[in-house]
Amino acid sequence: MNTRDRSEPLLVAEDLQTHFELRQWGFIRTGTVRAVDGVRFTLDAGEAAAVVGESGCGKSSLARTLLGLNRPTGGAVRFEGQSLADLKGADLKAYRARVGYVQQDPYGALPPFMDIRRALEEPLVVHGIGPRAERERRIDAALEEVGLTPVAQVRGKFPHQLSGGQQQRVVIARALLLRPKLIIADEPVSMLDASVRVEILDLLHRVQREHDIALLYITHDLSTVRHYAGRVMVMYAGRIVEQAPVDALLDAPQHPYTEALLSALADPDPANARQMREIPGGEAPSLVSPPPGCRFHPRCPQAMAGVCETRDPPDFRPAPYHRAACWLREPE
Amino acid sequence: MAVTANPDSPLLEIEDLRMQYRTEQGPVNAVDGVNLEIRRNEALVVLGESGCGKSSLAKVLLRTLPRNAGRPTGQVRLDGRDVLALSEERFRREVRWVRIALVMQAAMNALNPVVRVGEQVAEPLRIHRGWSRRAAMARAAEAFEEVGIATDFLQRYPHELSGGMRQRAVLAMALVTDPDLVILDEPTSALDVLTQASIMNVLKRIKRDRGTSFVLITHDVATSSELADRVALMYAGQVVEEASAEAFFTAPGHPYSQMLMASVPRLRQEEPPVPIPGRPPSLQDPPTGCRFAERCPRRFERCAEDPAVFHPDARHRVRCWLHEAGGTG
Repeated sequence: MNTRDRSEPLLVAEDLQTHFELRQWGFIRTGTVRAVDGVRFTLDAGEAAAVVGESGCGKSSLARTLLGLNRPTGGAVRFEGQSLADLKGADLKAYRARVGYVQQDPYGALPPFMDIRRALEEPLVVHGIGPRAERERRIDAALEEVGLTPVAQVRGKFPHQLSGGQQQRVVIARALLLRPKLIIADEPVSMLDASVRVEILDLLHRVQREHDIALLYITHDLSTVRHYAGRVMVMYAGRIVEQAPVDALLDAPQHPYTEALLSALADPDPANARQMREIPGGEAPSLVSPPPGCRFHPRCPQAMAGVCETRDPPDFRPAPYHRAACWLREPE
Repeated sequence: MAVTANPDSPLLEIEDLRMQYRTEQGPVNAVDGVNLEIRRNEALVVLGESGCGKSSLAKVLLRTLPRNAGRPTGQVRLDGRDVLALSEERFRREVRWVRIALVMQAAMNALNPVVRVGEQVAEPLRIHRGWSRRAAMARAAEAFEEVGIATDFLQRYPHELSGGMRQRAVLAMALVTDPDLVILDEPTSALDVLTQASIMNVLKRIKRDRGTSFVLITHDVATSSELADRVALMYAGQVVEEASAEAFFTAPGHPYSQMLMASVPRLRQEEPPVPIPGRPPSLQDPPTGCRFAERCPRRFERCAEDPAVFHPDARHRVRCWLHEAGGTG
C-alpha cells in the first residue's frame, strides 16, 4: 500500500454515469445505452489496478469518460481533487498531459504518415515543451526506456514498418513523454501475438513502478491481472460489481459473477479436457434495457427470489478493502 | 459415417505435407513438411503463434486455399485413401462437409445476413446429402439443441443472434452432416470468457456422445487444454513437438514448448510469466538448421543441422537434437 497520509486519492469516480442516446433518423430518441451506470472507485497515486469485464460491459466507455473524451451524464471524475467537469481550456489541456492513454490497436493510434520521431514530437509541441533540443532528448529517452533501440534507427521508421509489439511500445513511449501521473491502458495487448503480450505487460508494469505512475489496466483477460495489478475491479453491465486486492479477489471472490469468471478460466492442464465447467446460462444483458434489481440475477445460480430481481444491491464490504454489490453479502 | 475400419487405425494421416504461397517477395513456405495423425474420437490441438502456418494447414486439409497458394505436396490419407490426389469434384462430393467439416476463424460473421439461420444450418444436408428441406430442417433443429440454442432461433436471421449464438449456429452447421472430423480454426477467440467456456463444454459433450474427432487450431494454450487429447506445436511451418496432452502440458520435450508454457499468464500461480525473447523467423527465408535455434537458450553446435525427429516415448515426437541420446532418430 501507499505511504501517503489520508489525503485525496489521485483519481475518484463518483457515481459516474455515461449514457448515450440512441436516435433514429438523427432526432427521434429510441432509447438510452447505459454504458457506464453508477461506477464508484478510487485510484491512489502510483497504484496499479485492473478493470476486468467482458465485451459490452462498458469498460471502454469508462476509460473514455475518465480521459475526458466522453462527457459523463451523471456523477463526477475527480483528479487530484479537481472535478474534470470544471476543467476548461488550459486546465483541460494540462489534465490531458497528466493522463496517458494506451489503446487496443497500436496501429490505429499512430498517424500512418508520420515517422516515429514526428509522432512522438507532436504531443510535446502541442503541450509547449521546448526548445527542440529538449524535445529530441525526451523522445530519445522515451524510446530507450521502452526498449526500441537503436534509437537512431527507430526514429525514422513509419508505423507500418514496425511489428505490432513495437508499435505498442511507441504508443507507450508517447504516453510517457509528458510524464503522466496516470496511464489508462485499454486492452493494451489483446491485438498482439501471445508471445509479445507478456513483454508489453512487463514493460507497462516496469514503467509504472519506476516512475510511480498510477495504472488503470482495462482487460477482458482475468488471467493476466495477478502479476500486473494490485487491485481488481470486476465490471458487469455498466457497473463495478466487485473490487478487491488481487489475491483476495482470486482466492475468495464474493460476487457470483466473479466466481463464474474464475470457474470459466482454465490454466493449462491436461485434466481440463475431462471435465465440464460450470457456466451460468444466458448472456450479458443489453445496456439499453438492463434487468431490474441486480443485473446479474437472471443468470445467477444463487439468486434469491423476492430480493435480487427487485432491489439494486449496494456495495457491501465483506472484508477490509473488499467490496461486492451482491445481496448475499448483506450483513445479518 | 464410420467406415468399417480398425478403431485404432488413424482416421487421418498427414505425411510430409508442404504448401507455399507465391508472393511478390518470393515463395513463403507456410506448411513445410508436416507429419501428423488423428485417430477416431481423438482431439488434436494444433498450437502455434500467428504466422506459424497452423491456419494454412487447415486450409490445405479442406482445400479452401486462396489463389496465391501453390499446389500442396505430400499425402493426406483419410482412412488410408489419399484425398489430396482427388479431383476437386470428388473431393467436394466425398470429403468436404461429408467426412470433414470446418469452422473457420470468425465464421460467425460469415453467415448470410438475408437467409434464416435454420436454412443455412440445414444447407449442407441438402447440398451434400441431397436431403429434402423438411428432413434437413428437422435435423438442423436437433443440431441446434445439441449446441445449446433454442430451436425457435431456426427461424431468425443472423443479426437477431448474439455473437456467441452465431458461433454455436456455425458449429451446428459443421455437425449437421455428422462428419468424422471437425476442424476448428480459433473457434472461440473472438468470444467472451463465459461464452468461450460454454462452447468448449459443447465440444466436449459432442466428442463424448458422438465420437467425433477434432482438430482444434489455436494460439491459446489454456483453451487448447480444454479439449486436447494430443497436442502438436508448430513453429515456422513445422511441427516441433507432438505429444499426448498429459506429456505436453506437464513435461514438454522441446525447448520452445517449455518456454511457451512458461510464458502463459496463469490465474492460479504465483510465478510471473516469462516472455520468450526474439521473434519467429521469416517463412520466406527460414534459417538452415533448427528454426528455433536463434531464440533457444539450450542451443549447441549440432543445432546448425536440421534436427531429426526423436521419439522419447511412443506417440511422442520432438524435433530437437537434445533428444538424440535418448531417442531413436
